[in-house]
Amino acid sequence: MSTIPVTTAVPTPVVLPLPKAMLWLGGTVLLALAMYYFIGIDQGATSVFGDNMYIHEFVHDARHFLGFPCH
Amino acid sequence: MEKRIILRGVLVGALAGLLAFVFARIFAEPQIQAAIDYESARDEAQAALDKAAGLPVGDEGPEIFTRAIQANVGIGVGIVLFGVAMGALFAVAYAVCLGRVGNLRPRTLSVLVAGGGFLGIYLVPFVKYPANPPSIGHGATIGVRGALYVVMMVCSVAFLVGAVVLGKRLAKRFGNWNATLLAALAFVVVTGVAMALLPSLGQLAANVRDYGPQATETPLPLRNPAGQIVYPGFPADVLWDFRFYSVAAQAIMWAAIGLLFAPLAERLLAPRAERVAAS
Ligand SMILES: [Zn+2]
Repeated sequence: MSTIPVTTAVPTPVVLPLPKAMLWLGGTVLLALAMYYFIGIDQGATSVFGDNMYIHEFVHDARHFLGFPCH
Repeated sequence: MEKRIILRGVLVGALAGLLAFVFARIFAEPQIQAAIDYESARDEAQAALDKAAGLPVGDEGPEIFTRAIQANVGIGVGIVLFGVAMGALFAVAYAVCLGRVGNLRPRTLSVLVAGGGFLGIYLVPFVKYPANPPSIGHGATIGVRGALYVVMMVCSVAFLVGAVVLGKRLAKRFGNWNATLLAALAFVVVTGVAMALLPSLGQLAANVRDYGPQATETPLPLRNPAGQIVYPGFPADVLWDFRFYSVAAQAIMWAAIGLLFAPLAERLLAPRAERVAAS
């Protein structure tokens, strides 16, 4: 990184080399999307852990308030 | 470096979620309770009509969690975890944008990426499919509604990413200001087309069959066979308050993510830039 020529007064920090950071970035996106799914969508249209309403009912108010479609 | 960025994103996301929860507990819960009260009383009126007509009266499902748990704990857990997830996505977007979107200070980029998250993940989908309190939304359409919401969200995020890439390309020819305006215009046009193509909730086949042509699923007044209104439609003020607070809570959450991450990013990245400048 120290080879980047500094031609501007505005600091433009590191570019993360994507192939190297891919594992962490990709893993984080997958986990975050899984959380998005369980908070917002699971046990409405589709259900991962069997046909019950535990997650849906528990986060019910959050689901409505965060903008997800509900009953 | 990516690990440190993600860790900070998750932390500010949790904190931002906590702020949004406090706001929700104070402002949203009374509206949610009003909506649930409306729904219960409407169900009673409907049951009375059904009974008079000799129809079987549907019974309510069992209560798994009490309202107290839902309104104090469930909403908190849901919003804080949502904040964590959004903080994580924010951190990834930030890491990818670093050094790829022009000469921005770390803290400026933080605020811009958070603004993009607010717009792409929440506000644009909200414009087409706004948040609804309990009692709005028909059980028969939950599958379609969930799918449409996700499609709208994916479109809006994809178009936003596309607009940033387009703006970068145009910047060489038109300069930063004009390129940004052109990219924003392209985003609005493409998003508008997507919104026009996606159906309104009232237009879904199951809704047209049961309720006739309507724009939304907001409950209409309940009428008896003689056509007299026996129970009013959903109160407009409750609906507006709920939606306004929903937007406000997300604005608080994303603003907190952007503003709390900003100084952390400066500290994490600025020393490096200074070292580079000094060498
Ligand atoms: Zn609901």
